[in-house]
Amino acid sequence: MNKVLIIVATLLSPVMAWGVESTTYPNDEIEIDWDDKASMQRGARTFVNYCMSCHSAAYSRYNRVGQDLGISDEQVLEYLVFTTDVNGEKTKVGQLMKATMTPEYAEKAFGVVPPDLSLIARSRGVNWLYNYLRAFHVDESNPLGMDNSVLPVAMPHVLVELQGYQKAKKVTRVKRINNKDVEYEVIVGFDLIKPGSQSKAEYDQTVYDLVGFLDYLSEPYRQTRINVGKGVIIFLLIFLVLVYFLKKEFWKDIH
Amino acid sequence: MSDNSSKNGIMGWIDARFPLTKMWEEHLSKYYAPKNFNFWYYFGSLALLVLVIQIVTGIFLTMHYKPDGDLAFISVEYIMRDVDWGWLIRYLHSTGSSAFFIVVYLHMFRGVMYGSYQKPRELIWLFGMFIYLALMAEAFMGYLLPWGQMSYWGAQVIISLFGAIPVIGDDLTLWIRGDFVIADATLNRFFALHVVAVPLVLIMLVVMHILALHEVGSNNPEGIEIKKYKDEDGNPLDGIPFHPYYSVKDLVGVVVFLILFSVVVFFMPEMGGYFLEHANFVPANQYQTPEHIAPVWYFTPYYAILRAVPDKLLGVILMFAAIFMLFILPWIDRGKVHSIRYRSTSFKWLLGMLVVSFIGLGYLGALPLSDIRTFFARVYSIGYFGFFLGLWWISKNEKTKPVPERIQ
Repeated sequence: MNKVLIIVATLLSPVMAWGVESTTYPNDEIEIDWDDKASMQRGARTFVNYCMSCHSAAYSRYNRVGQDLGISDEQVLEYLVFTTDVNGEKTKVGQLMKATMTPEYAEKAFGVVPPDLSLIARSRGVNWLYNYLRAFHVDESNPLGMDNSVLPVAMPHVLVELQGYQKAKKVTRVKRINNKDVEYEVIVGFDLIKPGSQSKAEYDQTVYDLVGFLDYLSEPYRQTRINVGKGVIIFLLIFLVLVYFLKKEFWKDIH
Repeated sequence: MSDNSSKNGIMGWIDARFPLTKMWEEHLSKYYAPKNFNFWYYFGSLALLVLVIQIVTGIFLTMHYKPDGDLAFISVEYIMRDVDWGWLIRYLHSTGSSAFFIVVYLHMFRGVMYGSYQKPRELIWLFGMFIYLALMAEAFMGYLLPWGQMSYWGAQVIISLFGAIPVIGDDLTLWIRGDFVIADATLNRFFALHVVAVPLVLIMLVVMHILALHEVGSNNPEGIEIKKYKDEDGNPLDGIPFHPYYSVKDLVGVVVFLILFSVVVFFMPEMGGYFLEHANFVPANQYQTPEHIAPVWYFTPYYAILRAVPDKLLGVILMFAAIFMLFILPWIDRGKVHSIRYRSTSFKWLLGMLVVSFIGLGYLGALPLSDIRTFFARVYSIGYFGFFLGLWWISKNEKTKPVPERIQ
């Protein structure tokens, strides 16, 4: 059996080694602390202030966010709800988190409706978001004056007043393709050319908080899921002991 | 029957009108199964368990889900966020579909290993294969319902395969979709088929699968017939009643399975993007193709075969042939000895080749194409079909070991 397993592993090994893909700068990894409510509250504030002008999180409700992050309904209305309905009445606390901008207006202004961000952390992943929001850099050739090294520019740098303007440090590399040397440029770092209101460390923290909030928003029941799961597994383990001895008792005469 | 008709009370009353006790005895308390079932024999009852999980969770999902191009995606997120325990029901269902295939693949592998498809169990195998086919249809149509990007484009790719059929291809795809692209009409009909039609077929086939099994009796790891040696009551000497012996034993298997299942449901429901794909958290958009389209993992072996062939029509034919080979397995294998324990070394090598090829194809089918991957996909495809050819070849005059008369 062991011999067979070794042969199987050997035959499959060439397939396993090809996962190497080129990466973009920055390429940092973060770990979200789901118990850090303060960080997520700060992230929620950044989200409603900077992102929700254009982006919705329309699968989510304000008061649910409030309950999960430990913010009272009154505080939610005061600090997080800035939108009104078509009649100019303030959005209610139990309503869905829709962008300030209507989809019709956004379509006219940008040509597309900015994507809903409720699930962005599940489709893109937190590391991608963390890098993306720190990867805007000045590029005069671009109509918006900015580019992004993670995803070629799709939106303006909304957080620029916090981060400031940075310029990309590029190096030239050579790659052999079809026996020809092809030169290409890669971004290896950023230089701050005009500081914003936050230092680099503060800005990284702001983005971390925001991404943490988006991560929460993508699966608000996650803590419940894990807690229920622990109980279920413990119950099943105890049950397993019982059924194991039940089986043993029944089978003791079978040889 | 004569004992039962004299019974009093509720059971007597029912038995005079419906064969309840008779059925109980025939299929459970007096169904004699070989006493030497091993690890591999858990997966039949587990498949039945997963079927029940899927049906029950599916019923609750349909109470909140909306089969409508504008509402489907939102209604799934509504289930996940606003419906009490909705996230649990949905994760049970999504994990259940992958669990179904894991269990069924292991169940099928058991059948190949111990020759459970061989005479006189060809029909059991055939019913089983139809279950597998219905399951693939069920899973494929179910995967469209969340209406995410991968739902949409995965379905687009698979339906377009029918377009490779000469003459009728284009009309056929149009007929399947009910529109020129995958649209609301497609979603609605897939919902109807996923929720009503295919489950009915599945349940009917499962009943036939079990009835056929209980007619001929179960195979076992020794691959010998226990009905050859019976005691004075006519019960197999090497058999034991399914209930209580295997009902309690399977219960252990059920609990172990549920523990593993719960680990996925509660701690890793996306399974790293294999059970729930990342791109499926983006609503379906017919104007935007995802960077990389791959079917869910349980279809990737066949998808890899399809892509390994340069010609589309030939690829489609080979892909369907890969499934068809499994159907005719009882007639490909000309051997008389059932179990791998007493079969030749060449059989073991062939089976090993099948396992390597199938896993290799499954792995490659989930990845974007490259030259070296296509090369290996071809090697593994040859390995997959090679199993069936090789089996036909070696089984004619196979050098087997002597098979014992009784189970030790």
